[in-house]
Amino acid sequence: MEPLTQLDYKLLLAVPLIPLLGYVVNIFFGRKLPRQGDWLLTGGMFAVMCITVYMFFKFVGAGGFHESVAEGGPAYGWLYSLGHGKADGLNVVAGILYDPLGAAMLAAVGVVSFFIHLFSMGYMQGDRRYHIFFANISLFTFAMLGLVLADSILFLFIFWELMGLMSYLLIGHFSHDPDSPRITQAAAASKKAFLTTRVGDTCLLFGMAIFYWKFQTFQLSELWALSAEEVARNGGEYPAWMTVGGLFIFGGTVGKSAQFPLHIWLPDAMEGPTPVSAMIHAATMVAAGVFLLGRCFPMMSPTVLAVATTVGAFTALFAATIGCTVNDIKGVLAYSTISQLGFMVAAIGTGGLGLVAGLFHMVTHAFFKACLFLCAGSVIHACHHEQDMQKMGGLRKKLPITFAAMLICTLAIAGAPLFAGFYSKDRILQSAIQSWATGFGGASAFAVIALTLAAALTSFYMFRLIFLTFFGEPRDHHVHEHAHESPWPMTTALIALALGGVFAGKVWLRDFDLLGHHTWFTDMVSADTLYPGVQLANQLTIDAHTSHLAHSWALGISLTVAFLGFSLALWIYGLRRLDPARITARLGEVYAAVARKYYVDELVNATVVRGTSALSRGLTWIDARLVDGVVNLTGSFNRGLGFFSAGFDNRVVDGLVNWVAYTTQAFGAVARLFQTGRIQQYVSFAVAGGLLLAAGLILF
Amino acid sequence: MGVEAYVAVSAALFALGIVCIVARRNILYVLMGIEMILNAANINFVAFNRFNGDGLDGRMFAIFVIIMAAAEAAVALAIVLNVFHLFQSIKPSEVDLLRE
Amino acid sequence: MDKSARIFYGLLAVAAIASLGAGLKAAGGLGVAFAFFSVLVLGGGLVCIWERSVVRSAFSLMATFGGTAGLFVLCGADFLGMAQILIYVGGILALLLFGVMLSPPDLGERKLPRVLGGLVAVGIAIGWVALKVANTIDPTGVAWAVDPNLAQPRSHVTEIGLGFVHPEQYLIAFELAAFFLTVALVAAVYIARRRRVDLEPEGSA
Repeated sequence: MEPLTQLDYKLLLAVPLIPLLGYVVNIFFGRKLPRQGDWLLTGGMFAVMCITVYMFFKFVGAGGFHESVAEGGPAYGWLYSLGHGKADGLNVVAGILYDPLGAAMLAAVGVVSFFIHLFSMGYMQGDRRYHIFFANISLFTFAMLGLVLADSILFLFIFWELMGLMSYLLIGHFSHDPDSPRITQAAAASKKAFLTTRVGDTCLLFGMAIFYWKFQTFQLSELWALSAEEVARNGGEYPAWMTVGGLFIFGGTVGKSAQFPLHIWLPDAMEGPTPVSAMIHAATMVAAGVFLLGRCFPMMSPTVLAVATTVGAFTALFAATIGCTVNDIKGVLAYSTISQLGFMVAAIGTGGLGLVAGLFHMVTHAFFKACLFLCAGSVIHACHHEQDMQKMGGLRKKLPITFAAMLICTLAIAGAPLFAGFYSKDRILQSAIQSWATGFGGASAFAVIALTLAAALTSFYMFRLIFLTFFGEPRDHHVHEHAHESPWPMTTALIALALGGVFAGKVWLRDFDLLGHHTWFTDMVSADTLYPGVQLANQLTIDAHTSHLAHSWALGISLTVAFLGFSLALWIYGLRRLDPARITARLGEVYAAVARKYYVDELVNATVVRGTSALSRGLTWIDARLVDGVVNLTGSFNRGLGFFSAGFDNRVVDGLVNWVAYTTQAFGAVARLFQTGRIQQYVSFAVAGGLLLAAGLILF
Repeated sequence: MGVEAYVAVSAALFALGIVCIVARRNILYVLMGIEMILNAANINFVAFNRFNGDGLDGRMFAIFVIIMAAAEAAVALAIVLNVFHLFQSIKPSEVDLLRE
Repeated sequence: MDKSARIFYGLLAVAAIASLGAGLKAAGGLGVAFAFFSVLVLGGGLVCIWERSVVRSAFSLMATFGGTAGLFVLCGADFLGMAQILIYVGGILALLLFGVMLSPPDLGERKLPRVLGGLVAVGIAIGWVALKVANTIDPTGVAWAVDPNLAQPRSHVTEIGLGFVHPEQYLIAFELAAFFLTVALVAAVYIARRRRVDLEPEGSA
């Protein structure tokens, strides 16, 4: 195991900082730069891609590694409190964690992000806020790269939140453009995305807080070690509080990775420009939830994992059914993303092999889903921003490169052998079967069934998309007339990512292993390499025989359902043997419910949205009536008090003064009686007074 | 003899003087009363001087009192004449401009 | 004389004779002399109060002043007695009579009950005070009783004269008194001067 050198460390540090710098430059000077700075940012991303890929290959070549720079290498201390030490106060150190998962993810994000920047150079031409768009996606990339490199859950959360903000800004890109026809929908969609993921973020915050409260640390490596110790101390069982904390952390995944019931934001997020969809909903943001699960796996009790499996499998099936009914080309891909994320989450939930498989699928999904979105963008661009598939058709000859890339990636997502998705999906199914076989929770049975069905549906709706868009007679001639292949930045990106869609799973040019026993990811990443030195108590040991059996079953099932899906799509949409309209009529109400996305949005609107509005109205009433009432009451009370004071002042105080004057006057009136002016009377008084005085002196 | 007799006479004359001032409705009686009072005081002084050893003080004081009485009588009569002229009356009760 | 006057003078005469007798009894010749002069003094005062006529009241004061002079002489202050007669009777009384002459006639209005009442009241009050004073004073401290070694009263003219001019005695007081007297007389003349208004015939005054 080689430690990271100083140069490596600096390179890794540069990786997130380059897009950040690009953001700052473009925000302040973007308008004044030639071509509004897109070449600058794209060039920066090219550098990032080179660095990440170089670092990746360097370490893959070294044959396994793990280095967390926080302890061994240089680290930056941050937020030292007065305690000056672990024992007292918050002691947060910002460091870099570069392990196999991080390396793979970093490279994937770097590559995908660069090609999306390249694509945007063609796609976003003529946009009013072109430079801000580039700045935003650069900052978003910064956030994702930072998240991947974070070695403490606190920093992961910080970048997580930053991504949430950037997704709001990016999805709502058109809401700042007064000329856009969909300005209100964009604003609503960005708000929905932000608020829904917020729910997940709050759960993640609770989870983090619970773990901090018990373990007094945010460092991931320490959290793993301490969790394992805690479990061991508890006799091999996960304590209840860890289940609670784990559930909260999983809540974050549910929000960010659009699992049921917080999936509602993702289809609406298609209001954003297509490169944004590619970035956010393929490679990066939605993957962050899965990445979080991967990072926090040792802290998840079997209960949490079972919940994850159930939720993921359900979501996969749920989203796949809806995807079959959607006519918007991006909408299909959105539901496809939700479904694939369900696959990943369910896989991790089954533990063991599933952990690796889910993370593997995350990496491959990044490539082919990004490519699919960009192809959709290319199609939309060619059809002059027409997104409804029912108006397309027969674009195969007009957009050859786009068609080729899309076909490759569809094969990948469907799980055709030799394509990237096959290797990862196959393993997911194998893991599910394994855990079902060894009785690791009843959720696995559900997972196997649901995932199988979902895989079938995936294949079906993706090929439906292909047939509707590229084959058949053009349904809208006006659109068809003007369709043309996209400019070189876009097609280059498509080609590059499509190649990723092929080879991201296994570079089978070197080692032609049809059944995919060895892939670069599974060789590199495993529970031991991810969490070195930590005894995991939440998975079962599988013997080789069961594993082999499960692998065979998985292989068979996945290939069968993939082919089934493809044939059905071909039958209905390709060869037109069955009329889809009649099928929908036959299904009737069921179809309507599915087409309306099972009325989840309506339910949320009725309960959450209305409830919150009612609550806020209630609180406003309280404020206006009670709070203001209290204030006004105080005012009135003071006024009343004032009256009393005034009265007191008038009657008592003034009365006192007046009484003094009156008494003086009375005395004066009496005394005046003596002043008669008659001297004889004066003499009498004087004599009388003198006699009295003498008498007084004599007597006393 | 003793000084008590003289003191008694002096006291009686003093009382008579007071009554003379107060009991008659004529300004001139006021003046006469004042003279009687002064005389009473003089008798007192001289009597005490006689019976209290060698000394000149009592008699000297009495001489000065006589001098003062003379001056006072002159001025008082001048005032009385002015009062007659102003008020056309000798009743002291009518000279009450100083009443409040 | 009317009835009340007869009663009054009768009583006064009786009181005078009685006191003369008492004086004789008490202290022999000296006592008679003292009683006689006292009667003059007090009688004059009483008559002054009693009489209706202002002139008669004024003249009765002559008796008072004369009596006082006699008492002075009895105490050995002969010069004082002479001065008393000269100044009081010859000066002050004359002045008083001039005032009487220049004043409008007054029929001597007097309210008898008031006068009597006044006499009684004042007499009682002063008598009471005097008694009290006499009783409270310690007889041993002050020589109330006649000192048997007391010198006989003798003429004191020389003493008084020397006293006036001796700088350590009463020279300054004497000079001041003389000055004061001059000022007072001048002032009196000034106050009583004739106004110009008086010289004209009085109109509707």
